[in-house]
Amino acid sequence: MLEVRDLAKIFDGFLAVAGVSFDVPGGSIGAIIGPNGAGKTTLFNLITGHLRPDRGRVVLNGRDVTGIAPHDLCRLGLGRSFQRTNIFPRLTVFENVQTAFLSHRGRGWNLLTRVERLYRDETLGLLQSIGLADRAHEVAGFLSHGGQKQLELGLALALEPKILLLDEPTAGMSAAETRDSIRLIERLARERGLTLLFTEHDMEVVFSIAERITVLHQGRVIAAGAPDEVRRDPGVRRVYLGERH
Amino acid sequence: MIARVPWGLLVFVAALFVPAVGSRYHTFVAGDVVIWALFATSLNLLVGYTGLVSFGHAAYFGVGAYVFGFFCVRLTRIYFAMLTLAFAQIVWAICFKWNEVTGGEQGMPEIPYPDFGFVERWGARVPLLGGWRTSEYYYFVTLVLVAASLFALHRIVGSPFGRILTSIRENAERAEFIGVNVRRYELAAFVLAGAFAGLAGGLFGIFNRGVFPDFAYWTKSSEVLIMTLLGGMGSFYGPSIGALVLILLNQQIVSYTEYWPLVLGTVLVVLLFGFPGGIAGAVGALAGRLFRRLRSA
Repeated sequence: MLEVRDLAKIFDGFLAVAGVSFDVPGGSIGAIIGPNGAGKTTLFNLITGHLRPDRGRVVLNGRDVTGIAPHDLCRLGLGRSFQRTNIFPRLTVFENVQTAFLSHRGRGWNLLTRVERLYRDETLGLLQSIGLADRAHEVAGFLSHGGQKQLELGLALALEPKILLLDEPTAGMSAAETRDSIRLIERLARERGLTLLFTEHDMEVVFSIAERITVLHQGRVIAAGAPDEVRRDPGVRRVYLGERH
Repeated sequence: MIARVPWGLLVFVAALFVPAVGSRYHTFVAGDVVIWALFATSLNLLVGYTGLVSFGHAAYFGVGAYVFGFFCVRLTRIYFAMLTLAFAQIVWAICFKWNEVTGGEQGMPEIPYPDFGFVERWGARVPLLGGWRTSEYYYFVTLVLVAASLFALHRIVGSPFGRILTSIRENAERAEFIGVNVRRYELAAFVLAGAFAGLAGGLFGIFNRGVFPDFAYWTKSSEVLIMTLLGGMGSFYGPSIGALVLILLNQQIVSYTEYWPLVLGTVLVVLLFGFPGGIAGAVGALAGRLFRRLRSA
């Protein structure tokens, strides 16, 4: 589904991502972990076209998509959510998701139809499945942090992605919110047959749902494999788990 | 409830009666307001809806005026067709903006009004259609064209395209990641806003009976930006209200002091700090509060 080959990025002489390679097979749930500053978000930005890599390739479904613009990447079935919550704050919850439908289904250049009723059922249906149906007409910026994260997931899902990249989906959430949102993500991935790749700092979250884990340290992969293997890896224990305990 | 009243239509009908009820001077001021209302609303498509601040909007206005001047001094009888053509000719006109064509610093004085003789001949027997001055016929034409343009802009703002523009204003990065080609939409917004500004400029060229380089000067851009801010860029009709208020204020104040810019600056500072939503925002908030109080009483 997604292949990353020898991806590298240099910022002002600092090697932020230093030749990272990994695969995300179709239908799997993969995680990228690593301490702060390990290069997780930069790696995501390289994959999703926000940053141009200095070296390496990104292949999506057999197609080389290295460095293509985000709006083109969306059309190829790659959805993304952001670490810093990223919604349209002054639109309502309904309008947020509706706008994603409009854009994805190519209605954006329609200058004459009234927008209000377009994709109403699709939008309400999606809001139902992410648990925001009863808040449809609230202004998105006034939702709780957890609510905004849910909405962001909705924006990504409206694009009917095949693979979803989630950058720290539980960042800044309480323990209860984290549990709920992980359950939600897991359910949606199952229902929609999604391939998932997420970064995360919460170990419990990672080991509970990821099938494959890639450990990043100072821009390099230091270990990769099933959760149990990674947990036992001495290198990982030293640089990562060791730092925390 | 307040939103259900067809305010736009009411204002349009009221404006139609200005030449009948008011003096020549009133018609002149009303024509000025109507043209600037279109100009300011076209700017608001960029500033208010897409989130792109333009300090150069007068370029389109000026170019529109020149396109018009260029045709008007040559081809006196086909203004109506030319009005629509001005849209498409803007880019082309830029290429022609050299001295021999634009008249350089002297501009193009003495642009004639369109020939409304045919209306006089054919419409003499229809009540209300005959017997107006040429300037008044021109006022009616302006009014109808501006009303049609504002209607079109209103539709655009409420369309899926308008929503995409708003999403760009709200969060361009996220818009890009729901599949929006942000640059292309911004360009489209510029072209559309420029086209309507060009139409306003063309209308103004004839209204003013001449086109001069200062139409495209940056102070015109700032004037229209001030109108938009004053009226309130969060609302569709805000810029039109701003055009009305600013022109009336100018007419009043200039008659007894030469320090118009000082007054304008003061008004603007008070508005921006006291009412960041402009006049439309302040009125809307007040109406909302009154409405709630009436309902709870």
